[in-house]
Amino acid sequence: MNQKIRVLLAKPGLDGHDRGIKVIAAAFRDAGMEVIYSGLRQTPAMIVDAAIQEDVDAIGVSILSGAHMTLFPAVLDEMKARGADDIILFGGGIIPDDDKTELEKMGVARIFTPGAPTEEAIAFLREAVASKKSDEKMM
Amino acid sequence: MFNKKFIDKLQGNLAKWNQEAEKTRQKKSMPRFFTISGTDIDELYTPASVKGADQDDYYDKNIGLPGEYPYTRGVHHTLYRTRLWTMRQFAGMGTPKQTHDRFKYILEQGGTGLSTAFDLPTLMGYDSDHPRSLGEVGKCGVAVDTLADMEIIFGDIDLSKVSTSMTINSPASMLLAMYLSVAEKQGVPFEKVRGTLQNDILKEYIAQKEFIFPPRPSIRLITDMMQFCTRHVPQWNTISISGYHIREAGATAVQELAFTLADGFCYVESAIEAGMDVDDFAPRLSHFFNAHSDFFEEIAKYRAARRIWARHMKEKYKAKNPKSWLLRFHTQTAGCSLTAQQPENNIVRVALQALSGVLGGTQSLHTNSMDETLALPSEKAALIALRTQQIIAYESGVANTVDPLAGSYFVEALTDKMEAEAEEYFAEIERRGGVLACIEEGFFQKELAQSAYRFQREIETDERKIVGVNDFVLENEEIEIPVLRIDHRVEKDQVAFVKKIKAERDNAAVHTSLQKLREVAQGDGNTFEAILECARVYGSVGEMCDVLREVWGEYVENQAALQAS
Repeated sequence: MNQKIRVLLAKPGLDGHDRGIKVIAAAFRDAGMEVIYSGLRQTPAMIVDAAIQEDVDAIGVSILSGAHMTLFPAVLDEMKARGADDIILFGGGIIPDDDKTELEKMGVARIFTPGAPTEEAIAFLREAVASKKSDEKMM
Repeated sequence: MFNKKFIDKLQGNLAKWNQEAEKTRQKKSMPRFFTISGTDIDELYTPASVKGADQDDYYDKNIGLPGEYPYTRGVHHTLYRTRLWTMRQFAGMGTPKQTHDRFKYILEQGGTGLSTAFDLPTLMGYDSDHPRSLGEVGKCGVAVDTLADMEIIFGDIDLSKVSTSMTINSPASMLLAMYLSVAEKQGVPFEKVRGTLQNDILKEYIAQKEFIFPPRPSIRLITDMMQFCTRHVPQWNTISISGYHIREAGATAVQELAFTLADGFCYVESAIEAGMDVDDFAPRLSHFFNAHSDFFEEIAKYRAARRIWARHMKEKYKAKNPKSWLLRFHTQTAGCSLTAQQPENNIVRVALQALSGVLGGTQSLHTNSMDETLALPSEKAALIALRTQQIIAYESGVANTVDPLAGSYFVEALTDKMEAEAEEYFAEIERRGGVLACIEEGFFQKELAQSAYRFQREIETDERKIVGVNDFVLENEEIEIPVLRIDHRVEKDQVAFVKKIKAERDNAAVHTSLQKLREVAQGDGNTFEAILECARVYGSVGEMCDVLREVWGEYVENQAALQAS
């Protein structure tokens, strides 16, 4: 029950701004989670590969370049194609409100924007993973 | 500055003063007083706080006069009284045609300086039709694939009349080669071409992470280009040694100062090793710093930067031309300090940051727009940002006199402290084997990540207040700022255009020039000349970078080294 949450943090696309994802990685680790950081410039296929191999509960994606409406759907498609769509996908970046709503409709569990406290992301992930695990038990 | 007797007497007075102050301190528990970088600040600064100020030569040695060594007070004798700082707003968007129209507008409004932002595929050396470029074309700057794009942007702008700044690093040589090819077609001799390339690859490994090749061949690309420009394009500023991105990635003010100048010294040493005379290239080096929110800390940082650069260039690198000692710099306000919450408040943040840059003696300034945590700036937000600079220049009165804060006990003490702390970093970098070794072992990257996390913790534990974020929050805030969007047709059009150019150009000539570039890269000839040849015949940024990727390999950050602490 008290198994550690495993999360893959990834930077897709060409964007190299990694301050945010590194702060999130440190905060998740301090909160007792197992964090795997992919490094920069991962393709959607590389991200989903790593998620399956590492058997993670969730994938967190950070995009600050404005390419979020291309890259998030590409990761979602890849997850579906590989039968990995039970993994929770969430993310953060410079993402306007309208896009955020649309992405959440497509299946991104949550988008965090600048100023969001790391505590909020930690609470979100704990809750999402717990509810996923209780769903799995019922099945 | 002050004689010993005076300082001794002051120490006595201070002891008495402290007893009185202690009574007030006892009454109320006080929070910690520290800068945004985490440096503790004293309650009071007096002449006794300025170390060495009781020595006769203190003023001449450490402060001096503006326009004179060690340039603490500025690089010009008269500073803004003769010429205001250049208000250089960075722009670039969508297709080359859109950027061209924007530049024409700026020139029609009386501007003489252009500043170009490129999109991520261009910055990373991929053509618009490369699969990795999908979704990124024209998003955060203009897409340039071949000379054809550069001709659209600059073709009818007289390149002997404007100065152009190009924010590009890994493929900087390719973009300069294309720019020079446009000048050639206009009949403008290279000696008349003016501008600046960012071309600072070291800070890419440290902070912004837009690298392509490993550090050592990247440095060769830069020294080859410096050699070419020294001979043929003497008015070109070859490197803008940048702390801006280092700060944005989480550095403290001292880390920004120390790592940036260490990078600068690394370029100087590399060019000297490549056989160049320091006075031939050093006058064409410039710097680029961040203006963050801690007002006095920033001002002290700029003053310390000038003094450190002058001392090292003169004493360590033995430069004889005073122009080689000068640290000229551009400033941009801190993007990372802007908040998505109550974004209008950002106008005030930017104004204070810009003021610190001006009081620190900057040569040029970019003020950020209030909406940059939401998207690229809208026209209205960009206009307010420019107006902010004009209000500082024409209404505040701060430009009336040179370095008005000199002699402030606090500012001088802080300037000295930052210089001393930067020197400690230089010694540590040296101990670890130099800048390149520090990059490879992840020293800078780890220092930055730790500072960024410390800052975030301070906000979340309420030790630090950010207005609108962890205090003075508006519940159910509705953002009422219009957000700029880039049309997705930009990407389609650009992809179609580069395909057309690749089909129509003289492909045999492209092949030959790329082959030549490969041979030069494998040997030890000047890569810039080979790149210029490729650019002239419409070889693309992606094709040139691919050749160099094959010869030199691609750089991948060593995550294991970065995570082990």
